[in-house]
Amino acid sequence: MITVENLTKRYATKTAIESVSFQVEKGEILGFLGPNGAGKTTTMRIVVGFMPASDGTVRVDGFDVFENPLDVRRRIGYLPENPPLYPEMTVAGYLRFVAKIKGVPKEKIGAEVKRVMERVSITDVQERIIAKLSKGYKQRVGLAQALIGDPPVMILDEPTIGLDPKQIHEVRELIKGLAGNHTVVLSTHILPEVEQTCNRVVIIDRGKIVAIDTPQNLRFQLQGAERVFMEIQGPVPEITSKLKAMPGVIDVHTVGSNDGRHRFQIEGELKKDIRSDLARTVVQSGWGLYELQSASMSLEDIFLKLTTAEERE
Amino acid sequence: MRNILAIIERELRAYFTSPIAYVVLTIFVFLSGLFFRSILAQVLQMGLMSQLQAQQLGPRAMDMPGMITRGFLSTMSVILLFVMPMLTMGLFSEEKKRGTIELLLTAPLTDLQVVLGKFFAGVTFFIILLLTTWIPTGMLYLYSTPASGPILTAYLGLLLYGLALTAIGLFISTLTENQIIAAVLSFGTIMVLWLVDVLANNAESSTSKAVLTYLSILSHLDDFMKGVLSTSHIIFYMSLMLVALFLTYRSIDSLRWRG
Repeated sequence: MITVENLTKRYATKTAIESVSFQVEKGEILGFLGPNGAGKTTTMRIVVGFMPASDGTVRVDGFDVFENPLDVRRRIGYLPENPPLYPEMTVAGYLRFVAKIKGVPKEKIGAEVKRVMERVSITDVQERIIAKLSKGYKQRVGLAQALIGDPPVMILDEPTIGLDPKQIHEVRELIKGLAGNHTVVLSTHILPEVEQTCNRVVIIDRGKIVAIDTPQNLRFQLQGAERVFMEIQGPVPEITSKLKAMPGVIDVHTVGSNDGRHRFQIEGELKKDIRSDLARTVVQSGWGLYELQSASMSLEDIFLKLTTAEERE
Repeated sequence: MRNILAIIERELRAYFTSPIAYVVLTIFVFLSGLFFRSILAQVLQMGLMSQLQAQQLGPRAMDMPGMITRGFLSTMSVILLFVMPMLTMGLFSEEKKRGTIELLLTAPLTDLQVVLGKFFAGVTFFIILLLTTWIPTGMLYLYSTPASGPILTAYLGLLLYGLALTAIGLFISTLTENQIIAAVLSFGTIMVLWLVDVLANNAESSTSKAVLTYLSILSHLDDFMKGVLSTSHIIFYMSLMLVALFLTYRSIDSLRWRG
């Protein structure tokens, strides 16, 4: 549904994104994950045709965003980072305006506005002035605006920012409800959001894509090191050297001690379960094994790992 | 076309839900009434004077309604210099400030439609302002028989002049997110276009004098006020408007590039 190829955006002094390529299938929810300033908003703005790219192409439903901008924009509902609201208008008046500029046929405008208001539960505030609404309601009006005309593609830039936990939950459910009929791209810098709502994740950092995969695969792949915590009673140097010498173990170090028991963090090779070997070695050496715990990395760790990797280079 | 109408309608609603429309209308109507009254008094005075002179020198024809409309509508052109920046200041700057420009520029609209929608919204409000001057002008028809020709050409001139001012203000409002800055810049620009006339008076060579006079935004109104329709003046205002609209269009384009 969306094909992005070698997208690059250069400004006079800096490059915002470089050679970004990815695809989004029909009915999929793609999460765009990255720290602030990574290039998420820039990428989205190019995809929706707000700004042109310096290089590369974007196709939405077969239409090139640069050559057929109107065909692309007709197929996209876009929620920018700051919902584009006119504060002096009423909710319904605003949505009617959006319906008009999106070319919804005149006789269908009333029904369409009603439909999107029900979809995001703002029917009760339809006659209120937008300026007087709470942040949560404003965000929902922004979403309603994107839904007008029922476009097949939804591009949502930080759709849950500034909302309270209940509202975040509601918005996420709404986005999940869009999947299937709609293709959704959402950006966020909040990890649980991606894990909970997206089929696939693009992790972007400093304008470059560092990973694209399902949240599950990413976690699996990047559990780079199978991490195990052990609490052992015994001499630290000997334990460390002995465990380090074991096959499959990458690194061993203490992370604290308490009452003669020492807490070790052991990094093992990917997809190798070294727990029983570790336990056997410790027991056979006559040390006291108090605890053994496997810690899989959360997406958060992965994210940090991926986005800090370049810095070490 | 429907898209353009939607933008015009929204903009006009915005004018009339904010205090701007009412403040501008009130001040404009008040000032125009005030000037009308003083011009009326002036012309009446002149009428009396010429009656006295007539006793000595013989009667002279005097087109009093014509003098009044000419004086009044010329004054309107000066008041508009001050008022127009207030109408155009927010057209794009507010969209930029609120981020709603992103809605307009990602909706299935061409940039030209956006520019024209904004432009005609400003023009519509300007025409409302201009129509209020029909109250005093119309009054002349109640009490006298003014020659309609010069009045019509004067209004045509003011209309063209207003189109040019709206386009200039529209362009300037694309340059900033701040309404006040847009207003001050528009005002400054229009003032410069006005005052080149004064520079022309001090110009040394006749060529530079001619050029400067030609550039003056008010000097082209004189003929319209006198009832003379000249294509060169029409072309002047139309080209000023088209250049400003083209710059607006380019400015929106560069806004996209800069993001």
